[in-house]
Amino acid sequence: MKPLSELKLKVLDLLKEDARRSPALLATLLGVTEDEVSVAIAELEEDNVIVKYATVVNSGKLDDEKVTALIEVQITPERGRGFEAIAERVYLFPQVKSVYLMSGAYDLLVEVEGRTLKEVASFVSDKLSTLESVLSTKTHFILKKYKQDGIIFEDPEEDRRLMISP
Amino acid sequence: MTVESQQYSDKSMLSYLAPRVREIQPSGIRKFFDLASGNKDIITLGVGEPDFITPWHVREACVYSLERGYTSYTSNAGTPELREAIAEYLHNGFGLNYDPKDEILVTVGGSEAIDLALRALIEPGDEILVPAPCYISYSPISFIGGGVPVEIETYAKDNFKLKAEHLEAKISPKSKVLILNYPSNPTGGIMTYEDWLPIAKLVEKHDLIVISDEIYAELTYGSKHVSFASLPGMKDRTILVNGFSKAFAMTGWRMGYACGHPELIYAMLKIHQYTVMCAPVMGQVAALEALKNGLEEKDQMVESYNQRRRLIVQGLRDIGLSCHEPQGAFYAFPGIETTGLSSDEFAQRLLLEAKVAAVPGTAFGAGGEGYLRCSYATSVNQINEALDRMGKFVHKLKQG
Repeated sequence: MKPLSELKLKVLDLLKEDARRSPALLATLLGVTEDEVSVAIAELEEDNVIVKYATVVNSGKLDDEKVTALIEVQITPERGRGFEAIAERVYLFPQVKSVYLMSGAYDLLVEVEGRTLKEVASFVSDKLSTLESVLSTKTHFILKKYKQDGIIFEDPEEDRRLMISP
Repeated sequence: MTVESQQYSDKSMLSYLAPRVREIQPSGIRKFFDLASGNKDIITLGVGEPDFITPWHVREACVYSLERGYTSYTSNAGTPELREAIAEYLHNGFGLNYDPKDEILVTVGGSEAIDLALRALIEPGDEILVPAPCYISYSPISFIGGGVPVEIETYAKDNFKLKAEHLEAKISPKSKVLILNYPSNPTGGIMTYEDWLPIAKLVEKHDLIVISDEIYAELTYGSKHVSFASLPGMKDRTILVNGFSKAFAMTGWRMGYACGHPELIYAMLKIHQYTVMCAPVMGQVAALEALKNGLEEKDQMVESYNQRRRLIVQGLRDIGLSCHEPQGAFYAFPGIETTGLSSDEFAQRLLLEAKVAAVPGTAFGAGGEGYLRCSYATSVNQINEALDRMGKFVHKLKQG
């Protein structure tokens, strides 16, 4: 795969900070034309480098707080396809938010979200554990999120500087 | 009345004061600080320091050293490890060669280094040449030291570079020290190697000593900073001042250093050891960590400043204010003369009516009238909001 141009890398950095930045603003920040930025973004989207523009939500602030669990899954890899087939089986479930192949004591780390504890528990016992190649699961419920995607929820890094200084 | 805003009103106490101290005026920045504090919803472009917090690994190194009980004095000149790291940093970054044993002195901020240098050099009546507009402290501390500050104006049409002809016009037989500050606070002007050459010639011709405050050396956009000390024959004539405040977002740590000829550094060390003894050990630990492992974060911060610089310069020009392109530091210095207001009036009304804090150019001495210092060491969103408010304010002014 060809390495991304410097402009594309910078556009990505700025959009990761705030996805709502307009091409005009990005162009000013980077000292290039708006067209150059638009082309870069279009190519990044086309090449599936930018997959989606999402919003990071502090779920602790919501009344309808969901239940999230991280599940360690041990599996038997499938002949010829390794872990790919089972990973695909798992990530296709809509309850599953993310799936990672891990090194260490277990094979897959699966993030599951549900409306209630019971819903997540049923998913694990009925859907996940019953898959043929799954050997064992260990479920950890998330009690509180302090930081996600580099954003600290409870500490809005306020400006502690004086209003005016030399 | 706060201690900071107290005026000397008690005549009997006033008579005890040294006349020189009585005479110096409080900084023009202080006045605006008083005006701004207490006001709510203000966007500030008035801050002369990074908006980044000192990188965590630097803070953590300090915390860890405290846990292990490193709380004692260090050698007067600073820990050998830190001086060695400074020597290596200056060599790698700016092609300078200083011996950590006797050519580097760790100080309490760059400000102490400048004060030490002036105290080591000035005799009453000596003239101190200062290109202006300039950092607010140079003239007052020259004056407190018994010297006579002589400001040399620099101009927007020259991108606020120091011109040899303007310097030479102010040199007299009493001239002894030239204070340089490039990249410049407040103008953002820089000097290239070619810009420096005629200045160096004059320094040699008139036998001047240079105090080169290079605290913004890391913050240049486009061309790399050229240290005055790196010019042929200038190392021995220059006391290089630098520090950690701006490059590593460490203003509150008060960590700086001076480098120069061993005899000059030794003289400064003597004053330093009788006044502050040594820089705080925890600050020295943090500074060492910043030099060893903080260069990558520094580069990221510089990249952010560069983006904001483009945003604010473009924004100010769109508003209809003239603005030269700052090549260093983190200040834009737009001209506000077309609005018909003085710098002071403009800044006051901008603060009270538009709730944007910036510093009038006059706070920085000669040539500052007609300008405003806008720091872009703040977030993109804050700069955008400030520009929006300034735009409406200027529009209103122009409509009368």
